Amino acid sequence: MASKGDRRAGPEVAGRSSKLLGGWRAGDGRRGVGIALASTVVFFTVLVVVVTHSPGWPEVRKTFFDWGEFTSSFPEIGRAFLLNVKIFCISEALILVFALLLAVIRSLPGPVFFPLRALAIAYTDFFRGVPTILVIAILGLGAPALQLSWVPTSTTFWGVVSLTLIYSAYVSEVYRAGIESVHPSQEVAARSLGLTRAQGLRHVILPQAVRRVIPPLLNDFIGLQKDTSLVSILGAIEAFNQSEIDVNATFNFTPYLAAAALFVAISIPLARFNDCLAARDRRARELQGVR
Amino acid sequence: MRKTLLLATVVLAALSAGSALAVSSSRSDSSQAASSAASCAKSSLKLVNAGTLTVGTDNPAYPPWYAGGTPKGSFWKINDPDNGKGFEPAVAYAVATKLGFTKSEVKWTYVPFDKSFAPGPKKFDFDINQISYTPARAKVVTFSSSYYDVNQALVVVDGTKIASVHTIAGLKPFKLGAQLGTTSYGYITSTIKPSQQPSVFQQNAAAIQALKNKQIDGLVVDLPTAFYVTAVQVPHSKILGQFPTASGGEHFGMVFSKGNPLATCVDQALASLKASGAIQKIQQTWLAKATGAPVLK
Amino acid sequence: MTEKLALEGVEKSFGENRVLTGIDLAVQEHEVVCLIGASGSGKSTLLRCVNLIEPIDAGRIVLSGNRISGPGVNHNDVRRRIGIVFQAFNLFPHMSVLQNVTLAQQRVLGRSRSQAEARAHELLDRFGVGDKHGEYPDRLSGGQQQRVAIVRALAMDPELMLLDEVTSALDPELVGEVLEVIRELAAAGMTMVIATHEMAFARDIASRVCFLDDGVILEQGPPDQIFTAPHEPRTQQFLQRIVAAGRL
Repeated sequence: MASKGDRRAGPEVAGRSSKLLGGWRAGDGRRGVGIALASTVVFFTVLVVVVTHSPGWPEVRKTFFDWGEFTSSFPEIGRAFLLNVKIFCISEALILVFALLLAVIRSLPGPVFFPLRALAIAYTDFFRGVPTILVIAILGLGAPALQLSWVPTSTTFWGVVSLTLIYSAYVSEVYRAGIESVHPSQEVAARSLGLTRAQGLRHVILPQAVRRVIPPLLNDFIGLQKDTSLVSILGAIEAFNQSEIDVNATFNFTPYLAAAALFVAISIPLARFNDCLAARDRRARELQGVR
Repeated sequence: MRKTLLLATVVLAALSAGSALAVSSSRSDSSQAASSAASCAKSSLKLVNAGTLTVGTDNPAYPPWYAGGTPKGSFWKINDPDNGKGFEPAVAYAVATKLGFTKSEVKWTYVPFDKSFAPGPKKFDFDINQISYTPARAKVVTFSSSYYDVNQALVVVDGTKIASVHTIAGLKPFKLGAQLGTTSYGYITSTIKPSQQPSVFQQNAAAIQALKNKQIDGLVVDLPTAFYVTAVQVPHSKILGQFPTASGGEHFGMVFSKGNPLATCVDQALASLKASGAIQKIQQTWLAKATGAPVLK
Repeated sequence: MTEKLALEGVEKSFGENRVLTGIDLAVQEHEVVCLIGASGSGKSTLLRCVNLIEPIDAGRIVLSGNRISGPGVNHNDVRRRIGIVFQAFNLFPHMSVLQNVTLAQQRVLGRSRSQAEARAHELLDRFGVGDKHGEYPDRLSGGQQQRVAIVRALAMDPELMLLDEVTSALDPELVGEVLEVIRELAAAGMTMVIATHEMAFARDIASRVCFLDDGVILEQGPPDQIFTAPHEPRTQQFLQRIVAAGRL
């Protein structure tokens, strides 16, 4: 388990192992790129030709790809998209915290904590199983219906609450995987210094666990970004709802495309950022070796 | 690293080329409606199902547009259009009769609102679903002439602050709601211009609940629907008033696929029904209550 | 001399597997007791039981006159008083060397940051890894990491140090630097129980050697006696194998 001798297991090892995995030799590089290039161009050309020569194409083009409609609906949809972003940011912050709490509860040992653990398990099972739109509808329309003056009626509030409840269930599982991936000897070492379980968790386990699960965490958030559009069922005018308004007004579907473009525009940088973090983490772990 | 960058550039270029081909920059109008008046004889009509007049509408079928209830276990909720009761079935059957169809030769089919204008072949001959004519929409589908001239109205809950408002200007500070696909939302943003962003609901049920929950202060719907809402759906509610008819008026029309010659025949039928007073009688039977709300100014 | 550690009739099983049987061991203050024996003989388990990582099934463990095994004992308090170093170093990879050494001092002993860091630097310098205090563990050699692990345990000023085969995972050329550290600790009077395969070292440093065989202390005595004239035949067998492997 020790790193071998004084030599650092440096880039040579990392490079060697990734070469092993890729089955790639230096000379293959240029030929590989050439093949990839050619096949991509051919594929897209064929696709475009097939689609644009289909009998229904003119109508579809006018209905879904109308540039005039796109540009006229885009500003309003963009403004409405700010609501999606707002809901996303608030929910994400809450989810990161609440899910961590859930994961820690599930890791509490001993029979005395069984009721809490059971509750956490029931919670994650339920909220991972129930469709998001149902939760939003039931909470967003049902809770205000109780007519209690201290219950908020804001659709943004209930959208955030619903998404937080649901995504915390998923994200707590991700945290749990991270916690379990930290080698048990780390906890042993922490406890043997006299640190309490809570201190060990806070200073030793969780910092390592969270670093390891940043990629799957970000993955869940890309999903969250899309699900913010479900708030439309409560009447809130976010991007999707706004695009529906435009679609229904003109009977042209292009505004859907405009809304889609916005969602994709946010998720692409998130996904690339995610890959970047994952690659960096992988390199760091290759260098230190798995202990 | 450089290879990846190169590959990415090529892919991007291929995609852009493809998209450029795809997106059109001009909106070309397809051919105008109705080729030279083909015969409206029943035997020469082009129908989606031969020998049958297929009429589309949405589910649930709300009063007063539809009536007579629905048998237990039926696909149609609230009302079954097949029983012929309610304003729209009455109009539809009247038109069908004029075209030479018997009642049994009329078949109702479920068409969700956004399928009525989606591209591609339609599975109905016409769709009747409280769809307002707008010039923009008429570019994509063909509308029949009006079978009902409609006004928007505002439903509020008794005893709330908005319930004491009497003018359109007085509505500005409130949170209003409308249903998706109706012209009500457009009316709110273009005429009332409230300071709070309105809510737009995909389903009637959500809109109603939001009004009950006081998540919206008032719901803008067409006048007949407003009567149904106040009478049945929301207890202790009232119609605050109806809005003055927009210039040129707003009307409902049946929806046909673009250029469908059947529309001309239906227009002829409607014209004859209006001339004979039949449409007015149908209106009086089913929409009699839908009169007499004060006009807000 | 006072008795620092006493194990009385300690037994430990893992499921069906009996790992320790009837262990009686007394360690005086300043004594260095070396545990030798084949792999699986129970050396590691014994140490882990002393540190309360594993609960014992029968018997008692007494530290400085206080019972530390059984119910009603605050494990964290006990572990604060005992330092343990493992074969696999187990440094915290997300913290620098300095942070590794100061974390428990601050959180458990309540020392201020400057106090903790001063003590850390003192020990790190003393054992030749002072210049590495800002590095992360993955940049250190195995020998350096193990020295840091020892410093980390020492910084808590324990009454007793347990060393569990601390050089077994190191390359031969690095073993020496760690043994030097242990030698120095012994010379400074630290009470230690050391499980080791390094026989020459054990012979050199131990006040007493215990041979464990199959979960039982088969024989114990001064190193000269054990290594040159063991009484038990199994001890002799074991030592013969060691000599044959060229490790003594």
